[in-house]
Amino acid sequence: MTRLIARRLIELIPTLLILSVIIFLLQRLLPGDPAIALAGDDNDPELLEQIRKQYNLDQPLPIQYLSWIGGVLHGDLGNSMRLGRPVLDLILDRLPVTLQLAVMAMLFALVVGLTAGIISAIKQGTIWDYLANIVALAGISLPNFWMGIMMILFFSVMLGWLPASGYVSPAEDLQRSLLSLLMPAIVLGSGIAGVIMRHTRSAMLQALESDYVRTARAKGLFESRVVIRHAMRNALTPVITLGALEFGGLLGGAVLTEQIFNIPGFGKLIVDAVYNRDYAVVQGVVLVTAIVYVGMSLLADIGYVLANPRLRE
Amino acid sequence: MAIASTAPAVPHEGQFARFWKRLRRRKAALAGLVFIVIVILAAIFAPVIAQFDPLSQDYTAIRQPPTALHWFGTDELGRDIFARIVFGARASMLAGVISLSIALAIGVPFGLAAGYLGGWIDLSISRVVDAMLAIPFLILAIALAAFLGPSLTNSMIAIGVTAAPLFVRLTRGQVLSVKAEDYVAAARSLGNPHWRVAFRHILPNVLPALIVQATLALAAAITSEASLSFLGLGQQPPAPSWGSMLNTAQRSLSNAPWIAVWPGMMIFLTVLSFNLLGDGMRDALDPRSR
Repeated sequence: MTRLIARRLIELIPTLLILSVIIFLLQRLLPGDPAIALAGDDNDPELLEQIRKQYNLDQPLPIQYLSWIGGVLHGDLGNSMRLGRPVLDLILDRLPVTLQLAVMAMLFALVVGLTAGIISAIKQGTIWDYLANIVALAGISLPNFWMGIMMILFFSVMLGWLPASGYVSPAEDLQRSLLSLLMPAIVLGSGIAGVIMRHTRSAMLQALESDYVRTARAKGLFESRVVIRHAMRNALTPVITLGALEFGGLLGGAVLTEQIFNIPGFGKLIVDAVYNRDYAVVQGVVLVTAIVYVGMSLLADIGYVLANPRLRE
Repeated sequence: MAIASTAPAVPHEGQFARFWKRLRRRKAALAGLVFIVIVILAAIFAPVIAQFDPLSQDYTAIRQPPTALHWFGTDELGRDIFARIVFGARASMLAGVISLSIALAIGVPFGLAAGYLGGWIDLSISRVVDAMLAIPFLILAIALAAFLGPSLTNSMIAIGVTAAPLFVRLTRGQVLSVKAEDYVAAARSLGNPHWRVAFRHILPNVLPALIVQATLALAAAITSEASLSFLGLGQQPPAPSWGSMLNTAQRSLSNAPWIAVWPGMMIFLTVLSFNLLGDGMRDALDPRSR
């Protein structure tokens, strides 16, 4: 097990290295002089000079990369041009908000996706199976920014049940915090709920047709026991690892959700940075999301091995 | 992937006829196809279908609900929403097709090279793909669009480049399974050069899987364009696009909700149609469902 983790960690090194080069090169996409672009609307020659020094823009590209990656490895992701604060501080400020949203969205997706998937597999070919499939496909196809706007229209504007926007920290008031993120979490989780439902359904169908389920039935066990103890336990392992993998993707989806519901998280940070041409922040957010994603894939891999006794050897 | 097992025989006319026969039996896929054709026709014949200019403002008809004159109502500048939806279909379809073409143009040759040539070429290509796939799709697309500058063209480039690694990985996997087939060894032993084996013998056999994935990727590309336009990084105002229409609609949600309903409904139905068609095509190509 330890050897497996060590091997996966070593394999990650080249991936992370290439990732850093890609993110570094993003800056090179800026048209014209990057110093002018980085300075935003301010064309003060002194500031431009300072930026050129700060980013080593007067140096050859490999030197620029080495000094940038050296900083990154020491936790220095540069400074926000607009807010004048270190990018890492800004990200760490916003990350808990997005994580809370992502965890709530994932819980929603797991509860809805697993339940719908199991029911539609057990009731294959019935109206329930048909309905669950339609809802799953709709969940996958609904653009989450539109779903968010429609939910605000119904639950906030028309019914007045839930707040249309804003965020309350759980430390301040837990109940209001959960309420403020309820709609955003449903919006963010609906697509993944659809994906999880489809995987659960096909894994359950496969398990229900397997020899061990036939044996369990032949022994005269109750159908509920066959489904829960035998089929479900085997079918759900790959689905749970899929959930871990999708968790990283939630950070991408959070960009739109946070924008619609005006939640001061990670996604809102990158969008505001894009509007203000605060490129160091954009780069920093991309880097941190990628690292979180790589970390989640590693956890998913390890979880898969842990849940599969045959792979543990 | 189930599609891999359909690969061995090069599709010819008889097989296409059989594929079409199987696809036709899937009503949901067919409904999707019909809707897509309608949207494409609307995009092409937009000037004929729309009674109003999508850009002309009418301050005497601001935020009007749907009427016999303005079928879908008017927006905050008195522009006809139906005309903007029909012209907006152009941006969505164009973005879908062009970004998908960019993704295929990059993804397929690199995937083919990685899978067929193997060795250090495969290793280097696969590592870059792994790294790119580690960045969530929308975050990378936003970052690329932000650095390239906001415009419809740049958003199409950003989406295409972001989607390319998916096609590299898919093509590579398919090539690896086809490469082991006897007919590829036979083609090689007859003295065919590598490029000929790759393009004439392997590529046609990985096409079915690629076509299915491309259909599903079109749905993703249309959503991505709408997302980028919604964030102000795609189609720039006043030109209509479904995503940017939703962005402005948010401001008048309480007094003119219809402005938000139509563009979102169009994105949803178009994306759903591509997903239904993609699913149906995958099932029709799956030998187990024959």
